[in-house]
Amino acid sequence: MLLKLILRNALRHRLRTALTMLGIFVAILAFGLLSTVIDAWYSGANTASSSRLVTRNAISLVFPLPTTYREKLRQVEGVTGVAGANWFGGVYINPKNFFPQFAVDPVPYFALYPEYRIPEEQFRDFLLDRKGAVVGRKLANSYGWKVGDVVPLRGTIYAGNWDFVIRAIYDGSDAKVDTSQFFFHWDYLNETVKKMFPRRANTVGVYVLGVADPDRAAEISQSIDAQFRNSLAETLTETEKAFQLSFVAMVETLVVAIRVVSYLVIFIIMAVMANTMAMSARERLSEYATLKALGFKSWSIGGLIVGESLAIAIVGGLLGALATFPVAAQFGALVGSLFPVFQVSGDTVVKQLVCAVIVGLVAALVPAVRSAHVQIAAGLRAVA
Amino acid sequence: MRIPLSYSLRNLWARRLTTALTTGGLALVVFVFATVLMLEQGLRSTLVATGAFDNVLIIRRSATTEVQSGVDRAQAGVVESQPEVALGSDGKPLLSKEVLVLISLPKRGNGSPSNVVIRGVGERGLLLRPQIHIIAGRDFRAGRSEIVVGRSIRERFEGTGIGQKLRFGLRDWTIVGVFDAGGSGFDSEIWGDADQMIQAFRRTMYSSIVLRLNDPSAFEALKQRLESDPRLTVEAKREKIFYEEQSEVLARFIRYLGIALSVIFSVGAVIGAMITMYASVAARTAEIGTLRALGFQRASILSAFLTEALLLGAVGGAIGTALASTMQFFTVSTVNWQSFSELAFSFDLTPGIVAAAMTFALAMGLVGGVLPAAQAARMKIVDALRAR
Repeated sequence: MLLKLILRNALRHRLRTALTMLGIFVAILAFGLLSTVIDAWYSGANTASSSRLVTRNAISLVFPLPTTYREKLRQVEGVTGVAGANWFGGVYINPKNFFPQFAVDPVPYFALYPEYRIPEEQFRDFLLDRKGAVVGRKLANSYGWKVGDVVPLRGTIYAGNWDFVIRAIYDGSDAKVDTSQFFFHWDYLNETVKKMFPRRANTVGVYVLGVADPDRAAEISQSIDAQFRNSLAETLTETEKAFQLSFVAMVETLVVAIRVVSYLVIFIIMAVMANTMAMSARERLSEYATLKALGFKSWSIGGLIVGESLAIAIVGGLLGALATFPVAAQFGALVGSLFPVFQVSGDTVVKQLVCAVIVGLVAALVPAVRSAHVQIAAGLRAVA
Repeated sequence: MRIPLSYSLRNLWARRLTTALTTGGLALVVFVFATVLMLEQGLRSTLVATGAFDNVLIIRRSATTEVQSGVDRAQAGVVESQPEVALGSDGKPLLSKEVLVLISLPKRGNGSPSNVVIRGVGERGLLLRPQIHIIAGRDFRAGRSEIVVGRSIRERFEGTGIGQKLRFGLRDWTIVGVFDAGGSGFDSEIWGDADQMIQAFRRTMYSSIVLRLNDPSAFEALKQRLESDPRLTVEAKREKIFYEEQSEVLARFIRYLGIALSVIFSVGAVIGAMITMYASVAARTAEIGTLRALGFQRASILSAFLTEALLLGAVGGAIGTALASTMQFFTVSTVNWQSFSELAFSFDLTPGIVAAAMTFALAMGLVGGVLPAAQAARMKIVDALRAR
């Protein structure tokens, strides 16, 4: 009986209900997209393995480490693998085409990252070709690259024009793996640098280390940093997760701003929804008084309004949450390699629905209490 | 005949709760819109204020930032001997060979590290940047391990007070002063003696060279000669243009994000205004009929309701802009992706932004009100009068 009334009431002002629903739909959709943007920022940290450490120069990332550290690091007890990686920072045709490029020690590097799946024969081809490169599936797709294509990069850190031949394309072991990266031989970089800028040769940007026992990560980090203290290149060793989080921390302000704004949109729609419910309740004041006169209790009058508000909010919210998936997929394709992983998480959907319910409840609060306490005589006389 | 403005005003006042909720929604959207514009403006004015028009910055060809760049001593000597370089009162060229490195320092409060620019400058470094003044302590002395820190660094990073020491390049550097760079990007830097820095970081090259032109229009000639000189691998840029380019990516990101958000949010606010105006029309059907019967034209009815919608927008816009103007007291600091270093900037409210925010608010009111107002104007007198 009450349910039927709720539905009927919701459909009385079709236009108003439809508009309100549309508003909630847009707000929940926007909220979902913003949460996904924030998640994308943290994706590097979330996929980081706890069995990998990163050793870098303690001064800052701009300073490299000598290549002699490779052997010293390998001898540290508990370390199972060491791979050097240099940030290349090349430009592909236009500075807008940004994607990360690393010069790595291929065999140990890819052994440390089993989540990058490379077909065996392609990987062999890559090892045999000094100018070879391994690119991620997403990156290859966005520029239409195939195995065998030549990719020219203009160096900004290592000046000059560099040509690479794509020898392998890697896939992620699951959808969360970043497949927008570009890898090539550290040896090739080093040899060229030796000829062009001899003083900058034999340096490595960071070392990625594999550890057998993740529980000992802190202890191993400390022993590494202690070993290089007071040397020309002091080191800072941290877990891969901490290393990735330090990048997020740099743009923390922006992340916080986006988060605040994503809750603002919920507030905006709360005001709109509260307005709708207040208007509806005011117009129906005499009806509520009639219901009361017929013997309905206060709580069922309040329930009518809360139910209607909830129904509108939940329908709008559900539609919004559903629409997040195709819209996020579109958006992800649009921004391309800016966000390597752009996926709507289950967490986001839950938050969206919770927000919709809260909007429905809060919006109905004042009108419900007011209508439930209406004096029968006064209510019957009320005009909208 | 026109319906007086007070009719629209009183209608808004009669439905106080509804009016407040609708303008509240509009105000929040305008707040977000204005804040983002202010942020972008703040970023731009910070970086634009950093460069001077008659200063020229020399960096290695195809380097996009000073940190990536390297200019060796021989090349620096060639640049120094160019005739376009202005001379100081003592007859020496107004030119500073600089070294830039990034170090990571812990931020105040949460202790999380961020990248800070350390700039080693020549004797003329300060002279070339007249906007910089020492506000506490004294300037660093050449030949010593002394540094001075920018105002924003002093406020945001731990261990950066006068008398404290920072350790980098296997040395302890004593902080002897704090400088104010008039809200420019230099406020987020630490300065010391270039030759000391070169030794400490075991470099052989400078990062960049800054020089003053003796005639601002001589830039093209200088650029041409330097860039075609086979001994040099450098690129010359006006300092002002260089810093503008440094802000480009971040400014564009903030702008696009802001526009996208404002458009999405405005849908919600427009819907709110529309619902309010529809309800307002529906509740006053009999009134509208009466007005028409009294001889008011359809156009008058239309304009009365549109005025009401515009008033909603104007009030929302005014509240939103007022809220946004309080943001001027805050400073934001984030890493600029292009230079990979921390940069502090504030929200900057300009008359242009106020105008844009108010236009946006009025437009939202107008879009929300146009359909309901048209409905009100189309009503037939007889039907409207019969409505309860």
